[in-house]
Amino acid sequence: MDQKTVLMTIIGMLAVTYVPRAVPLLALASRSLSPVLVKWLGFIPAAVLAALLAPSLVLDDKGIALTVDNEFLLAAIPTFLVAVRTKSFVGSIVTGMGVVALARLL
Amino acid sequence: MDSQSTSGSGHSGSALARAAGQAMPIVLGYIPVGFAYGVLALKNGLDPLNTVLMSLLVFAGSAQLIAVGMFGAGIAPLAIVATTFVVNLRHMLMSAAMSPYLKSWRKRELAAFSYQLTDETFALHATRFARGDTHKAETFWINSIAQASWVTGSLLGVVASTLITDVRPIGLDYALPAMFIALLVGQLKDRAHLVVAVIAAVTAVALKLMGVTQACTILATVIAATLGLGVDAWIRKQS
Repeated sequence: MDQKTVLMTIIGMLAVTYVPRAVPLLALASRSLSPVLVKWLGFIPAAVLAALLAPSLVLDDKGIALTVDNEFLLAAIPTFLVAVRTKSFVGSIVTGMGVVALARLL
Repeated sequence: MDSQSTSGSGHSGSALARAAGQAMPIVLGYIPVGFAYGVLALKNGLDPLNTVLMSLLVFAGSAQLIAVGMFGAGIAPLAIVATTFVVNLRHMLMSAAMSPYLKSWRKRELAAFSYQLTDETFALHATRFARGDTHKAETFWINSIAQASWVTGSLLGVVASTLITDVRPIGLDYALPAMFIALLVGQLKDRAHLVVAVIAAVTAVALKLMGVTQACTILATVIAATLGLGVDAWIRKQS
């Protein structure tokens, strides 16, 4: 593929990425929303984060990977504990990365 | 989380310094992933300029990684754009979820904010905004630092693409999952939110196993948030 076509494709990607990012915020920020909708939107962060996170922890190329070889899942346990106990951002991340590094070393 | 001590008062340190502290986990996650993207983009036939331009113009991690794979496979541009649309449609929900907090912002500020709305910046802002922390300069600095680290990672990948074969530095690929865990814990304010998170997690995994890979996040999120309304009503009735 020549680079001009690549650039045109990138511009297309920009458009289809930006519109869904901007339109709901621009359309909704100026309105007062019904309490039910506000409550529904309040669930979105927890739902999105769990939906993004869970597959990366429990799935690999072959399917469900609930084993001790799965270092991402293994590291999630102490990372969750540190996050719940300390509420520390940096502490959670250092714990997670440390356990993954250690698991790969062993 | 950690940042509460500095952002709570709103006066300690400059907006840039406070933003840098809060954006640090995103930077740690974006540099290696951006690096991997840069290496893969060149290996799949993009030139250095287009590789970096995509990080500047599109700024969407998973969609960019998927797109360069499709470029390498010689897939038609229209199909690449359509796939990008589906993969990034989940941002609609995040964009909508930010709206109750940014009522006082001008349209052009909202338009600029939306440009840098990614999974990671959304997750961080959802936590900040919920505690009333909507400082504009700080918010824009967080977004810009995040994107700067994404572009820097891409650039490093471009520079190193001929030298590097393994794009997975030890433990660094866990920076983003670990950040998501910490942010998710911060979102579990009550039993209803916990149940929503569990439903979303199980649904997302089930959908992926059924082969629904691209719409999995958005479907799981909508299903879980909607069921959450019922769960919330039920919990209220019990107590």
